[in-house]
Amino acid sequence: MKQTEFLNVVMPFKDKLYRMAKRLLVSREEAEDATQEILLKLWSKNESMGEYKNVEAFAMTMTKNFCLDRLKSKQAGNLKLVHSNYTDENASLQRQLEAEDSVSWMERIMEDLPEQQKMVLQLRDVEQYEFEEICELLDMKPTAVRVALSRARKTVREELIKKHSYGIG
Amino acid sequence: MELGNIEKILEKYFEASTTVAEEGTLREYFAQDSVAPHLEQYRPMFNYFSIAKEEKYTKQVPLKPRVNYYKWLSVAAAVVLTFGLYFGKEYQERKQAEYAYQETKKAFELLAENFGRGTEKVAYLKEFDQAKEKIYNNN
Repeated sequence: MKQTEFLNVVMPFKDKLYRMAKRLLVSREEAEDATQEILLKLWSKNESMGEYKNVEAFAMTMTKNFCLDRLKSKQAGNLKLVHSNYTDENASLQRQLEAEDSVSWMERIMEDLPEQQKMVLQLRDVEQYEFEEICELLDMKPTAVRVALSRARKTVREELIKKHSYGIG
Repeated sequence: MELGNIEKILEKYFEASTTVAEEGTLREYFAQDSVAPHLEQYRPMFNYFSIAKEEKYTKQVPLKPRVNYYKWLSVAAAVVLTFGLYFGKEYQERKQAEYAYQETKKAFELLAENFGRGTEKVAYLKEFDQAKEKIYNNN
């Protein structure tokens, strides 16, 4: 496969890989590195790429596994995930005010979800994958996907309601 | 889309039994300016999903145009083979020549040996000659 061909195959879903990586790794730099790693891996096995019937699903699964491994090794190494693209707890008042912005609120709510729920919510509500695809990607049973998705959505709702009533009160 | 319907879909949404299309309807509904006050709290959620989808991977991936090593390998192999055949043949020819030389030498040696045997016998003739000379000289 030529470079241009490869790019044509990869282009449509490279952003999805990146968003998935960012959802899991949180940090933008980490997610960029992970995406690059995955794309290079794909490129290195591009001869056999025709054998996979769904390159996107394959790449997605690779991304998921890569990021989970990454997180695991970080925990094992007792390293804190360093990310600079969102405000932390002890930030200045100015930054706290910025964090009131609903987007960063949502981001933080999603960050606190368990990994599996994070991934399901990302794949379904952001990327709009069908249930069958999510089952395949995450290697989960359909019922498990539904349960995880429902829990994730409800948790987000609860957090939002909390936040909403703070806003009123 | 009337409110009742949205509420119904929303309920299904939290039970994770909506279709992708229905979820699209929800996103659309919450994207507009006028949202029913009691649903306002869900707005960040759906808006966020739409925003999150906009994020792009902008880094360039350094894809090395891979050289086809096999092609060059075959070229190298062909060169080696040609040289090998050429010099190999020369070497073989030299060997053959040497062998022929050795064989010829052997044959000549055999000849020489037999010649030598012949001359041994001729030595007796010399004896006869000497005796003959002696007799002549005495006379």
